[in-house]
Order: sequence, then structure tokens, then C-alpha cells
Amino acid sequence: MTDLDDAALVAAVADDPRYQGLVARRARLGWLLSAIIFFAFVAYLLLIAFDKAALGAPIAGGVTSIGIPVGLGLILLGIGLTGLYVAHANRHHDAQMAAILEDNRRKVTGP
Amino acid sequence: MKGRLAIFIATGASLCPLPALAAALEGQAQQQPINWVAIGMFVAFVGLTLWITKVAASQTRTASDFYTAGGGISGFKNGLAMAGDYMSAASFLGISAQIFNDGYDGLIYSTGFLVGWPILLFLMAERLRNLGRFTFADVASYRFAQVPVRSFAAISTLLVVSFYLIAQMVGAGQLIKLLFGLPYAAAVCIVGALMMLYVLFGGMRATTWVQIIKAVLLLGGATFMALMVLAQFGFSPEALFARAVQVKTEAALGQGANAADAAAAGRSIMAPGNFIKDPVSAISFGLALMLGTAGLPHILMRFFTVPDAKEARKSVLWATGWIGYFYILTFIIGFGAIVMVGTQPAYLDEGELLRGGGNMAAIHLAHAIGGNAFLGFISAVAFATILAVVAGLTLSAASAVSHDVYATVIKKGAADSRDELRVSRLTTLALGALAVLLGLVFEKQNVAFMVSLAFALAASGNFPVLILSLFWSGCTSRGAALGGMIGLLTAFVLTLLSPAVWTAALGLGPAPFPYSSAAIFSVPAGFLAIWLISLFDRSPRAAVDKAGYGAQRVRAETGIGAFAASDH
Repeated sequence: MTDLDDAALVAAVADDPRYQGLVARRARLGWLLSAIIFFAFVAYLLLIAFDKAALGAPIAGGVTSIGIPVGLGLILLGIGLTGLYVAHANRHHDAQMAAILEDNRRKVTGP
Repeated sequence: MKGRLAIFIATGASLCPLPALAAALEGQAQQQPINWVAIGMFVAFVGLTLWITKVAASQTRTASDFYTAGGGISGFKNGLAMAGDYMSAASFLGISAQIFNDGYDGLIYSTGFLVGWPILLFLMAERLRNLGRFTFADVASYRFAQVPVRSFAAISTLLVVSFYLIAQMVGAGQLIKLLFGLPYAAAVCIVGALMMLYVLFGGMRATTWVQIIKAVLLLGGATFMALMVLAQFGFSPEALFARAVQVKTEAALGQGANAADAAAAGRSIMAPGNFIKDPVSAISFGLALMLGTAGLPHILMRFFTVPDAKEARKSVLWATGWIGYFYILTFIIGFGAIVMVGTQPAYLDEGELLRGGGNMAAIHLAHAIGGNAFLGFISAVAFATILAVVAGLTLSAASAVSHDVYATVIKKGAADSRDELRVSRLTTLALGALAVLLGLVFEKQNVAFMVSLAFALAASGNFPVLILSLFWSGCTSRGAALGGMIGLLTAFVLTLLSPAVWTAALGLGPAPFPYSSAAIFSVPAGFLAIWLISLFDRSPRAAVDKAGYGAQRVRAETGIGAFAASDH
């Protein structure tokens, strides 16, 4: 495919409502998940800054403090959200994008 | 001497295995004995990686081979290599040492280091792969005037890499000093020389394999350490923490504290402590770690080594998984060190400080767990860790100079691949020398903290430029280049004025900037500067920049026209 065909394909794809829908959905998912991990972390930091004692409180009369599952949980949340995004992208985004590209490629270069 | 040792070990072993190990080390605080196991393992690692470098060198003919290993690395391998690039000696030695000293505080570092990865995936990974070829500047300057934006990217890369390198070189020097009894300067020179060999001849292919091997060894070694620590406590973290609190309480009692104060001191390792003193520092420091991850040039560069966006995505998942797992291990290892190292006088100086320097908690713990053999293994792994990270850093800085400055800014994109390769190699030589020099200058710094300086720079310069160039159509060349520079300089100047540099490193008295990290001011400064400068940019170039956004966005989202993996 030449650069010229590429440019035509880019223009065609940009006008495809299915592309616009997919990109909007994907961007929404990306920003939503980013916001979740971002604010979870900022909340954790604020807790550290303003209420160290809350994180230091022992769980059920033991020695382990609440801060430990919270901190480790944040690490697991990061891994979990990453897995969620990749699973979703593999299952939905890739196939939809491939179909959109295929259709538009045929439109641009002819059958 | 040998007979006495044997008696110590025999009597000690009948009571409990730990004092035996401690006794075996008695009286040797001055000069380390030559640890043949460690040397053997290290030599084996170096031999293997140099052989890989030799093979890689025969396949490194073009600039694409050198920068991105031809772009054919799978997501799984790249994820491991990213983890290998990221799990630095500073995080292994620095975080476990911080937990050893302050307990819980080390976990704040770990979470901060991890939470940047999801954001890198959700907003950037696939788009980076679709738009870029060799360096993150390819993406940052995609629709912009090349000279200003590339110049910014190159300066930023060199600054970030320099700070990060300092931390690695200092860690290497301390480690080898302890392990081999070599002078610090010699140790730093060995690291510099080996790293130059990998990068110079093997390029990205050799660097990737060094990182993969190191990641596997480090994860394996850390897993074993964490399991052995937990095994002592019947796999009950609660029992481990309880013993650690007891150890810290007894230590405070031993220093003459009254019972209530001692109990509070022991208990304090279960809660965030003095490491972060005020809210501004807490948020600022967290922002630097989180957003800095998404702006580290040597990490971003790894996205160009995979064939497509899907593999880029997978690499982040693997990397995040391995890195998160590693930080959980580090947490256990740090507490294990409190219990198993902090109670053994053999591992401590007269002043109750760790022998060999503050960052040696994990290394001593390895000895407490598995004697000289395992100490040798972990030391070799830690050394391999430093080599892998340093090689990745150097490669990214060399690419910034040869691809962004030489090929694009000086030669206007018309550089011969062979010439570009030659410039990268010359730069590698210069950077190797610079790394050694910086390692010597910054010998006494806390290495984990030096890394956070690099993160603040990456978060304030590269991150805003990448986000706004990818997602905001109004961003212009002038905005990206000048605004990014303003973010970078804000972070840099505030860092110079902060306690860690102004007071601790330069000894200039109370710091004019009181917070431990600049990010809370410098990240918004970067975004704001790019936004304002772009907004008021009425140049003809600004119109071109804005007009280019539509096509750039489609290519970023779809991968149309993305650089494919190259075979020769």
C-alpha cells in the first residue's frame, strides 16, 4: 500500500461512524480506568497525609494494620484493571477495528 | 580459625540456625572474604550475556536492529524485559532497606511505582506503538515541527536518564564493594564497561535478553527469599509482622526509651511514618512516581520493539503483573530483614547501622537465609539487575542523541542508517564514561531517592507533552517544545532547591523549597505551559500542527501506516 492509499484510507476511516463510535467507547474506557486507579492512589496518599493512624490501626486485635491490605490491594487493583482492559480490548476492540479497516480498505482501493 | 568456626556453627545450629550464620561472619567486618560462589555466578551471568551480545551483534546491522531489535519481540518477552528494565536495584535494595528501617513506608514507594503502569496502558501504549518507530520523540513530534520538539525530547531524555543512572551506578558500587571487597571506583568502572559492551555491540537485542534473564533470576531469587522468610513463621504474615514489631520495640528499649515509647516505636512500622511528613509532599511524591512511569524514555522505547499495538498491550499486562508481584515480595523481604538481619550483630556496625551501607538489608537477608551460596546468588542477581537497567537507560539516551538529535535535527531525516548507528555507538561510549563519572560523584546518596528525582522530571516534561500531543488537537509545536521545557525546568529547579539536594547533597542549609518532590507544582506547570503557549500560538506552523491532528489520531487509533517489524 502506498502513502497515498494510506492517506485515503485514513480519511475514509475518519468519516466512518463505526470508527468514531469505537474510538469514543475505547477512549471512555481508557479514561475511566485511568481515573479509577489515579483517584484510588490519590485517596491512599491523602489518607497517609491526613490520617496515618487510620492506616496503622490493627485488624481484629492483631498486629497487621489496615494499611497493609490497603497498600497491597492497590497493587492488585492496578494489575486487575490492566487485565480487564487487555481482555476487553482483545475480545471486542481488535475485531471491530479490523472489520472497519477491512471495509474501508476495500472502499478505497476497490474490490 | 576454621576449627573455631566449625564449633560455632555446630553449637549454633543445635539451638537455632541464625546465630550460626552470624557467628560465621564475626570478625570480618573490615575486609570481605572472597565469595567464590558469588564470583562464579556473576562470571557465569556475564559470560552468558556476552555470548548473547556476540550473537546479537551479528544481527545488528541497521539502526532499526540497534534501537528496537527489528521490532519483532513478542508481548510476553517484552513484558518480561520491561519488568527487567523497571525492577531496578534501587527498588530491590532501596525499598527493602526502607522497609527494614521504617517498615510500612516502603510500601508507599512500591504502590507509586506500580500505579503508573495501568495509566501507561489505558492512555498511551497502543498509540505509542502505532505512531512511533524508535524513540518516544517520534510520537511526541509526530505532527509537529521536528527540530524544536525533538530537541526538547532529547534534553529531557538525557536529564531523566542521568538521574536514573546515578542511582544505578551508586547501587552497583556499594554492592560490589560489599561483595568482592573491591574499591567503589573499580566497581563502578566494571559496570560501566560491561554495559558499554552490551549496548555497543548488541544494541536492543542484547539489552532485551540481558533484561529478560535478569528479570527471571530476580523474580526467582526474590520468590525464594520471601518463601523462606514466610516459612519461618508458618506462612503467617501476621506472625512475621508481630515478630518485627517486637524486634523494633526491643531495639528502642535497648536505646533507653521507656516502655510506652518503645511500644509506640515498635508499632510504628505498621503505619505510614515520617518518610512523608506533610500532605503536599505526599501527593507530590505520589504524582511523580505514578505519572513519571508513563514518561520514562527507556520504558517508552520498549513499546517499539513489538510488532503491533496488540503486543504492546500484552507487554504492559505482563510487565504490570511481574512488577506488582515483585513489590509484594519486596515487602515480605523487608520485614524478613527486620527480623533476621536487624537482630544479628554480625550484620551491623558499631553504630547499629547496616554493614556495607544502608541499602544492604536484602543482601544480608540472603546470607541469613541461605548462607554464602545464596548471598552469592542474590549478589550476582542484584549486579545483573543493575547491568540490565543501566544498559536500557544508556540505549535510550544513545537513541535520543543519534535518532532525535543527529538524524532528525542535524541531518533533517536524511541520515544514512550506517552513520546513525555509528553516532549511537559513539554516544554509548560517551554515556558510559559519564555514568562512571556520575557514579563516583554521587557515592553517598540514598539510591531510591535519586530514582524519584528522575521520575519527577519524566512526569513534568515527557508526560504532559505526550498526553497533549496525543489527545489535544490544539497543541502546537511551540507549545509542546517550550511548554514541555518549562515543566522540565520547573521540576529540575525545584528539585535542586529541595531538601534532598540543597541541604543533604550540597550542604547549603535549609532548603528554599520545603517539599520532598516537585511534581505537584511541576506537572501542572508543564500542562499549563503547553496549553497557554499553544493557545496563543498564532504562527503559520501552529495552523499546520492543528490541521495534522485528525490524521494523527486515526493513525494512532488504527495503526494505519505503523512501522512494521523489519526483516532484513
